[in-house]
Amino acid sequence: MTPRVQATEVTKRYGRIEAVSGISFELRQGEMVALIGHNGAGKTTLMKLMLGLIRPTQGRVQVLGEDPAAGQFSARRHLGYLPEYVSFDAMLTGRETQLFYARLKREAVAKALKLLEVVGLGAAADRRVGTYSKGMRQRLGLAQALIGRPQLLLLDEPTTGLDPELRQTFYEVIQRLAFEGSTVLLSSHALTELEERAGRVIIMNRGVKVADGSLGELRRLARLPARIRIKVSGLASGETPSWLPASAPYRRLNGHIVEIDAAPEQKIDLLRRVIATGTSIEDLDVMSPSLDELYAHFLRSAERPQ
Amino acid sequence: MNAIITIATKEIRQAIRNRWVLAATLLLAALALSLTFLGSAPSGSNVGARPLDVVVVSLSSLTIFLVPLIALLVSHDAIVGDMERGTMLLLLSYPVARWQVLVGKFFAHLTVLAFATCLGYGAAVAVLFATGSRIDQEGLAAFAAMIGSSVLLGAVFVAIGYWVSALVRDRGTAAGLCIGLWLLLVLVYDMALLGLLVLDKGQNVSGAALNALLLLNPADVYRLFNLTGFANVSTFSGMAGLAGNATLSVTVLVTALVLWTLIPLAFASLSFSRREL
Repeated sequence: MTPRVQATEVTKRYGRIEAVSGISFELRQGEMVALIGHNGAGKTTLMKLMLGLIRPTQGRVQVLGEDPAAGQFSARRHLGYLPEYVSFDAMLTGRETQLFYARLKREAVAKALKLLEVVGLGAAADRRVGTYSKGMRQRLGLAQALIGRPQLLLLDEPTTGLDPELRQTFYEVIQRLAFEGSTVLLSSHALTELEERAGRVIIMNRGVKVADGSLGELRRLARLPARIRIKVSGLASGETPSWLPASAPYRRLNGHIVEIDAAPEQKIDLLRRVIATGTSIEDLDVMSPSLDELYAHFLRSAERPQ
Repeated sequence: MNAIITIATKEIRQAIRNRWVLAATLLLAALALSLTFLGSAPSGSNVGARPLDVVVVSLSSLTIFLVPLIALLVSHDAIVGDMERGTMLLLLSYPVARWQVLVGKFFAHLTVLAFATCLGYGAAVAVLFATGSRIDQEGLAAFAAMIGSSVLLGAVFVAIGYWVSALVRDRGTAAGLCIGLWLLLVLVYDMALLGLLVLDKGQNVSGAALNALLLLNPADVYRLFNLTGFANVSTFSGMAGLAGNATLSVTVLVTALVLWTLIPLAFASLSFSRREL
């Protein structure tokens, strides 16, 4: 099975600025990949390279079996793209816009129009896009990207400007597509949103890929401590719990709660000791490092001089 | 081909919505009608100057200024404007080649121009017809040729506008360059040529050289085509003398206009396909 996207040692230079340097990765069928990084980390550049809007200075990109930089474009029929700042011709209505894009992709018009309902634009379909709010334009952007059940979806900051309810619908639609075999690459700042959804995360910093893997793999790599919160009764202030290993850093939160930073390999052991000592535990929370923390960790280690 | 038609249809719809079609048609009709009413007054009705021929002479002189201006106004924005508005980014993520985008837009803009010219100038003929003026076959043929060549002149400047639009970074530059080109080709070139001929006093610039210089400017090609192409017209345009010596046949002139369209269009396509967004 050939990968949907294959980037090999791709570098893109604008004058002296290297927007993307030496990036390699593969995206396979059914993957949902989050691309995260600061503004200017090279996320948008990477997507433009995959679309053939710009050509790599070095290396090559293969998308759906074609080389977009060579001007090949027939595979784009199976590709959906939502740019970061999506804009449409203000004089056309939402329906006309959707029809236009469906015709360009040679897809069934009726199905494409149904997508307007899916994103909640059914009532506004016959209004001119010029009268749409930012959120409505974003919805239309999603609707056009979903035309024809694309095999590859490139979504640049797709959920900005969407209200929470529509965000939910959006992720449901995307996840269903991924489940049915579409490959989804989405960049976002909203890391908490991606946390449960993305099967794989690629972290970029200043044009360089600093991490790539599933959330579990990244956690293993980062070796960040998990946070364990234990609510105990009858613990005097200033008293160190007897079951706590001497080396483990801990904090007391509002009297009853003890928060412990546990390294990954200590976690189970620590929990066992807590249970075994028979302390009066009222509640217990184990928090794995969040994507936010992982992201910060990988950026810090990338910035540190080698 | 489907992609081209889809794009052309959308562009025409946009041109109708933002009232380009209406504005261009009204402008051309207003000019044609005023020239028709004014133009026949000084010559009188019995002098033998047939009203339609007079209209062809005056209208084609005005077309040289107006049609290129309208064409450049529509076309200078076509590529760089869509890039600035961000719509080009999305369009090019679709399965269309960049040349298809360009050709689709070209068909649309040409349709708009052709519609405006036919309707606007057609109004002049309709008025002459309604007022009972004598209209013969040759006059009608000259008029039809003028409409056709006006559309062709529009095509030339649409293509030139695209090339500018594909080359520059922002819309302001495109507009400025297009105005400059318009001034150069429509006004300055002829004055410079005239100056050259006066200074030269017919010593170095041969007839062939003059022909070549005239072919290098699409506006002059258009002028030659309309003012010397038909015997009656050339008599009233004061170009009968020139027409007698004209070595440029109608075929050459039309070919020149077609080349003036295709070559800038090809360059526009080349520049556009190299552009990075």
